[in-house]
Amino acid sequence: MSPNRATGLAQIALPEPAGQPTWLQRMRRSALDWVAENGFPGHDDEDWKYTRLGPLLAIPFELAQPIDSSLTASALDVLVGNCGGPRLVFVNGHFNPQLSSLTEIPKNIRATSLRTHLHQTEESGASRLFPPPQNSFVALNSAFSEDGAYIEVPPHTTVERPIHLVFVTDGPADAAPILASPRSVIIAEANSRLTVIESYVGLRPQVSLTNAFTQVILEAGANVEHYTLQNEPATAMHLGMLAVHQPAASEFSSYALSLGASLARQEIRVALAGEGAQTQLRGLYMPRGRQHHGHVTSIDHQAPGCTSRELYKGVLDGQSRGVFKGKVVVRPGADRTDANQSNKNLLLSEGAEIDTRPQLEILADDVKCTHGAAVGQLDEEAVFYLRSRGIGQKAARDMLTYAFVSEMLGLITIPELKTLIEHAVAQQLEADSTDDREKTLAGEIRSR
Amino acid sequence: MILKIENLRAKVGDKEILRGVNLELPLGQVHAIMGPNGSGKSTLAQVLAGREEYTVTGRVLFDGEDLLTQTPEARAFMGLFLAFQYPVELPGVGNLYFLRTALNSVRKQRGLEALDAVDFLAFAQKRMDLVEMDRSLMSRSVNEGFSGGEKKRNEILQLAILEPKLAILDETDSGLDIDALRTVAKAVNALRGPDRTLLLITHYQRLLDYIVPDQVHVMTEGQIVRSGGKDLALELEHDGYLADAPDHTLPVGGTP
Amino acid sequence: MSTDIGEFTDQEYKYGFTTDLDTDIVPRGLNEDVIRLISGKKNEPAWLLDWRLEAYRKWVKKPEPRWQNVHYDPIDYQDISYYAAPKPKKSLASLNEVDPEVRAMFDKLGISLAEQERLSGVTVAVDAVVDSVSVATTFKKKLAEVGVIFCSFSEAVQNHPDLVQKYLGSVVSNQDNFFAALNAAVFTDGSFCYIPKGVHCPMELSTYFRINAADTGQFERTLIIAEEGSYVSYLEGCTAPMRDKNQLHAAVVELVALEGAVIKYSTVQNWYPGDAQGRGGIYNFVTKRGLCAGANSKISWTQVETGSAITWKYPGVILQGDGSVGEFYSVALTANYQQADTGSKMVHLGKNTRSSIISKTVSADHGQSTYRGLVQIHDTAIGARNYTQCDSLLMGKDSGASTFPYIEVKHPSAKVEHEASTSKIGEDQLFYCRQRGIPEEEATIMIVNGFCREVFKTLPMEFAVEAQRLLSVSLEGSIG
Repeated sequence: MSPNRATGLAQIALPEPAGQPTWLQRMRRSALDWVAENGFPGHDDEDWKYTRLGPLLAIPFELAQPIDSSLTASALDVLVGNCGGPRLVFVNGHFNPQLSSLTEIPKNIRATSLRTHLHQTEESGASRLFPPPQNSFVALNSAFSEDGAYIEVPPHTTVERPIHLVFVTDGPADAAPILASPRSVIIAEANSRLTVIESYVGLRPQVSLTNAFTQVILEAGANVEHYTLQNEPATAMHLGMLAVHQPAASEFSSYALSLGASLARQEIRVALAGEGAQTQLRGLYMPRGRQHHGHVTSIDHQAPGCTSRELYKGVLDGQSRGVFKGKVVVRPGADRTDANQSNKNLLLSEGAEIDTRPQLEILADDVKCTHGAAVGQLDEEAVFYLRSRGIGQKAARDMLTYAFVSEMLGLITIPELKTLIEHAVAQQLEADSTDDREKTLAGEIRSR
Repeated sequence: MILKIENLRAKVGDKEILRGVNLELPLGQVHAIMGPNGSGKSTLAQVLAGREEYTVTGRVLFDGEDLLTQTPEARAFMGLFLAFQYPVELPGVGNLYFLRTALNSVRKQRGLEALDAVDFLAFAQKRMDLVEMDRSLMSRSVNEGFSGGEKKRNEILQLAILEPKLAILDETDSGLDIDALRTVAKAVNALRGPDRTLLLITHYQRLLDYIVPDQVHVMTEGQIVRSGGKDLALELEHDGYLADAPDHTLPVGGTP
Repeated sequence: MSTDIGEFTDQEYKYGFTTDLDTDIVPRGLNEDVIRLISGKKNEPAWLLDWRLEAYRKWVKKPEPRWQNVHYDPIDYQDISYYAAPKPKKSLASLNEVDPEVRAMFDKLGISLAEQERLSGVTVAVDAVVDSVSVATTFKKKLAEVGVIFCSFSEAVQNHPDLVQKYLGSVVSNQDNFFAALNAAVFTDGSFCYIPKGVHCPMELSTYFRINAADTGQFERTLIIAEEGSYVSYLEGCTAPMRDKNQLHAAVVELVALEGAVIKYSTVQNWYPGDAQGRGGIYNFVTKRGLCAGANSKISWTQVETGSAITWKYPGVILQGDGSVGEFYSVALTANYQQADTGSKMVHLGKNTRSSIISKTVSADHGQSTYRGLVQIHDTAIGARNYTQCDSLLMGKDSGASTFPYIEVKHPSAKVEHEASTSKIGEDQLFYCRQRGIPEEEATIMIVNGFCREVFKTLPMEFAVEAQRLLSVSLEGSIG
């Protein structure tokens, strides 16, 4: 290990504790100490192998402050969609009650700001919300997070409308680079059911880093559907960690979308800890220009009879880079494990790069595990077919690219969200430079 | 009596599928078991062949010997053969090699010398002609990429080669067109004899037009509920399995 | 399956005997003087000694790799003897002069040092390497008639120094990795092949490696050069006596294929795997790489790995020439406490280069198998294709299988497909075989052999039969 140490990020001081419980102050201090001791992942860290952190770590970030955002609720509807349920809005990692709509929250559901919850909680009750640090960025989040959402659904309760968490970065474009550290906790008690959407957006071309951490804790038989939609500005960087704990007969599904940011990485860790738990991870990344989108997942089959399904697709244009690492571990005794993983990528231009690593690590024998990865391009036969029917070269390619992506769009179960994402995806494809495409073509012709 | 089944019960988990089957098969006869989907016909075949995921009670005598305590291969040595409803694919295992290994394994138990590749080929070719089997299938992996009809023919070919005392044919007619059915039936009829008993498990009377049974048994809900001569099959075709059966239209195929 | 696989008996390792050879052995330990001694014994030119010393100096500074998915106690590199040769090793006027003990040892291994056609009608030229040195090479004269050079590495250094100097280290440098650097510093012998332009090598070439002495390591180096339009099929086999102590084998193989040349390299590796409790066995840490230097050249690796306590090797191909082809076919079996971390590296540089990787791993008892592979499509590799398939079979609740592919694609015209599966032997398949009267153990071996068939069929006939037999022997006692 050659951890990165002396960097801008590691030099940020802890802010004034401002009324925090002493246990929380102590915890933040020890998290920061952990970062100081362990540094940040270097290039020889398998989980970060293809993601160079050097430039990011050198940026002199300052902690993001709450500001009076010019944002309005109706502007938010356009930006992140309105799914008809409660909405909790955080600006620069701080809760913004004016933009939030809490009236929709069903009575017996607790959906509040994590800060409020922690200030009312004893240390013993909060210990599971702060697992011992294992990861520099999660530790950094523990040290600096100001707020996020706290959701708790009691047993046998179904939350009809999705709960929408919106994380906005905002501030003057010429301001110093800011670090926002939203942190959320979702607890679904036994046999409860709920959908949570996390949207990450930014208002201005300002240099920012969102270092998010979300924990989803399910109890037996609970069912949680989760979305992370990242569409931050091109000046932003985004690092997200989603940690999921699944006991017996629980069901979880996640959907990770990466559209924005210059450097974005979403990591998901799922522990299948109880018999018969089921998990489904889906993802779509569409970097272009010089964007870097990384997705790292790990599914840990600890108990027998669990099922996992994983499908990630990438469309890479311009000089962008995509990274996928999907690990499935089957522990001794986790018999009757059924795991299936697939990663498919479409490279649209010269200069784009994809690095993919599906991984199986199997220590039980009664299992059925498969994985597959593919990298390819549009089917030229199909392009020709469309052109022969009078569709132009670019339109034909866009149509086929969209067809590749549409499988992922079909998996979105919330109609309002689906429309919004379809629109965002179409925009991403459209914006992807006719001239880049022409260059590719020219390059191909030259090389023949 | 080649097979004597007394109060045979079989469970998977908590679900009881065979609920006290009683049946006797004399040597040299052809019997048929008919019955609706889920009645336990295929389970009976699997249990007799020694499938291990069932919890089994009761008694089965094969040629006077206790059958239920035997391993699947020991039952094969004793002379029990099951033509599978869904023949299993064995990637990379050559069909001819598989057949010769099986035959020599059985011959060894019967105190006979192993056949070498040349002798075996001569022996197998006669049997292949009997089932009108395409020679090219012999060099392919067992059942891999075979059509439904080819798989069923391959089962009958194995039957012809292994020469068992009791052959259970589990839904051998399903998935066969009329020409293939005729071929298979012709081969099966050629294999009838005083030293061999056939037990046909089928859904349809159709097969019994070509392979005429000595006796027909009706199975519902894990029990043999009626037995009779070959005319019983026609009666069933006409009236359904139970006089009060709620659904006369039977789904295609069976359950394993 | 009704029976657990936990119960196992000592597997039979029929090559576990030792031969009492009078051996010239250097005291244990490694330093520059030992390297000078080895080089001196072999009467090597100065440039080669310098190359060795350079490697040694790099090696001293290199950390031993720890990323591989295998576990073993630290190796004491000062507790190994780096040179062991059966005496006397003077140049032999004819094969008849080979030490009768050595000849008897190879007879016992089933390797004939007499120049006769085998029963199958296939002629095979053999280079026999015992411990550190080559003891005999057959059919040299016949090969020389068509210009093929096939001899021990030491002879090549003496008789063909220009070729050796030109190509040695051109594919695997003397500082490529920890074990390759160690090999470069201390390698004592190995095989050398040179196939001239346009020559289709008239017979299979093979090297048979035998570790005999105790407390030694074996560090051989093989170099094969196939000139334009030539063809060669090369086989290697390996065995070692049963000893309680682990022995290190760190070999390097370099292949160079020029325009239109084809090199087919097959390995049946059956080093002593250790006993049922995991004591003893060979550490097989090997670097094998081929360079498709010329357009439309082809390098094909086939390996059947049933031996060794620990295997660590990634035969790869650098696809530099346009239209060149790389292939890797592998069967790796781990039983008892064996561990294998193996796979392939395909580096695509040239246009329209193609590669395929077929890997089958079988883990029984406490065996741990890992497939680790790299497919790299560089931005110059327009139209490159790779297909990879890795299947793992698990037999026993304490066995394990991992699959770690790395796929890096930098050109939009590339097509890369990777598929992997891990499962235990199909219950349905076993039941079907048993219903036909094939006992469980035989049925299991039959299904496993079927699982590996795609790889076996790429081996020359004789080796394919040997490979199937080895697999069966290794699995016996692990089943039922």
